[in-house]
Amino acid sequence: MAPIVEIINVSKSYWRGNRAIPVLVDINLSIAEGEFLALMGPSGSGKSTLLNLIAALDHVDSGAIQVGGIDITALSENELAEWRAVNVGFIFQFYNLIPVLTAFENVELPLLLTGLSRRQRNEHVEMALRIVNLEERMDHYPAQLSGGEQQRVAIARAIVTDPVILVADEPTGDLDKVAAREILELMDRLNRESHKTIIMVTHDPRAAEKARVIRRLEKGFLNDVHSQDPH
Amino acid sequence: MFILKILIRNAFRHKLRTLLTILGITVAILAFGLLRTFINAWYGGVEASSASRLVTRSSISLIFHLPLSYKDKIRQVDGVKTVSWGTWFGGVYIDEKNFFANFAVDAKSYLELYPEFLLSPEETTAFLRDRKGFVAGRKLAKRFGWKIGDTVTLRGTIYPGNWDFVLRGIYRGRNETIDETQFFFHWDYLNEMMKKRGSARADQAGWYMVGVTRPDRATEVALAIDRTFKNSLAETLTETEKAFQLSFISMSETIIMAIELVSFVVIIIIIAVVANTMSMTYRERIGEYAIFKTLGYRGWRIAGMIVGESMIITLIGSFLGIVLTFPVAGIVGKMLSNYFPVFNVAEEAIYMDLAASIIIGLIAAIVPTYRSVRIRIADGLRRIG
Ligand SMILES: Nc1ncnc2c1ncn2[C@@H]1O[C@H](COP(=O)(O)OP(=O)(O)OP(=O)(O)O)[C@@H](O)[C@H]1O
Ligand SMILES: [Mg+2]
Repeated sequence: MAPIVEIINVSKSYWRGNRAIPVLVDINLSIAEGEFLALMGPSGSGKSTLLNLIAALDHVDSGAIQVGGIDITALSENELAEWRAVNVGFIFQFYNLIPVLTAFENVELPLLLTGLSRRQRNEHVEMALRIVNLEERMDHYPAQLSGGEQQRVAIARAIVTDPVILVADEPTGDLDKVAAREILELMDRLNRESHKTIIMVTHDPRAAEKARVIRRLEKGFLNDVHSQDPH
Repeated sequence: MFILKILIRNAFRHKLRTLLTILGITVAILAFGLLRTFINAWYGGVEASSASRLVTRSSISLIFHLPLSYKDKIRQVDGVKTVSWGTWFGGVYIDEKNFFANFAVDAKSYLELYPEFLLSPEETTAFLRDRKGFVAGRKLAKRFGWKIGDTVTLRGTIYPGNWDFVLRGIYRGRNETIDETQFFFHWDYLNEMMKKRGSARADQAGWYMVGVTRPDRATEVALAIDRTFKNSLAETLTETEKAFQLSFISMSETIIMAIELVSFVVIIIIIAVVANTMSMTYRERIGEYAIFKTLGYRGWRIAGMIVGESMIITLIGSFLGIVLTFPVAGIVGKMLSNYFPVFNVAEEAIYMDLAASIIIGLIAAIVPTYRSVRIRIADGLRRIG
């Protein structure tokens, strides 16, 4: 299949004082549409940094990133905001739900930026919550939900706009085994049944098992491809 | 709708902190409103003064009187419509501490010239008919429990002896700015007594009150009046009623300026308090604002959330402060009624309250807003966990 994400010669450094610390060095990577890719590697190797670049949360120093044929490194801050709203769904380690909003309202957040009517929004939110199997809990606040449930709400929020790619940064990092398995199965289903392209950073080998492709990041360099047969 | 929901929920996330901040704003706005009311009360007489009235007095000092014969000469000046005159009586009712303004006026012309003193036709006739009659303002009559027909005795200070007057009318002010604590009686009565006693004060007026045909010509008329008496034994100083009133209070201008300054200092302090609350709030929410940005929310929406929250807190506090200003001003007004015949919360004070609260809400939100718009998402997200 055609690549949906194309990373070309991307480098990124952080500045500490007047010293540049290279985090990513000349990264090249292409991710096919419908891929489920796991990014692994030791702590500090630059996984989150790379993921943030793909999701347009941060800027490259050099190189280009194309997503769905658009070079996102050439977009302005405002264009990027709009682009993110339409194209990317985010899943974080700490769920990152807004505590003063109910599950329903959290999922509705990205839709408020669209031109959808109230009724259409309600339909979308209910559908997303149904997919993550949390319809009954939609009036609960994050504090009233378990970690696994919160992460499912976060996934519903990530998919409610039907984005082009899903990015997940250690989505099971804060969960126990059972909850982690549920989340991974959910992501697996999204990939298989809805053909969502998923890019997932993880430390957890079991999490990586669910992915079709594993890439390792080591000190800013990307290692070779490991394709794996699912299960 | 949604934005309002999130604003209110955010504002009351830390209930105690928000309530304390609101309390602070309430007290500050109350203090500000009272100080503004105090300043307004100070200038109260000036505001109520009419632009179409002039006051003519001795150019040397108010203590020096003017001959009664001036009234006809003033009347002849072009642009003059009505002439009335009065004399400060300075009588004491029972005790010095019962101070109120009391003076003798040429009754008919005085009532004509001051239509803002509302008196029923019956009371007017009764007053004009009774040589010893007097008229009191509603507040004054209420203060001492005087009723129509009561005899009130004033002890003269400038004019010796005990003077009996009969209450023939109680006037109301046409609006809230009108002084309702005056006591006036017939100048003719006073003059008669002076004549009887062979006093040098007979046929003398303390000041003249002049109604002009056109307010825009008031200054011109004033100059013409003074010109008439130039090089006479008693030269005059004529000014608009407003200028006349101002000349009484200008000496205390410094005090008023100090009060004005304090009123603004109160606002500056509360700005600092609210700004501190908003900064704390912001620091706790950096991560959340980063999440909003991640989802595609742009800087101005985040700014809207912060400014909106700051505004909600400030407006609730201000609203309570403004509502409280009325009863508290009422109590303070009662306490100070001897000094301020009119102590009402002016519309202007409320506008200043509102302006102050908007300024508080906006300024307090500036720094957090600026930071939230500037912060990079990746940095904001790092603060979570
Ligand atoms: N904003 C920043 N300023 C300075 N240094 C940064 C910044 N963000 C990341 N770094 C550094 O860049 C390196 C890579 O960070 P990154 O978060 O991408 O690692 P990671 O692979 O996701 O690690 P982990 O598995 O612990 O999450 C680290 O050494 C980190 O300290
Ligand atoms: Mg990371």
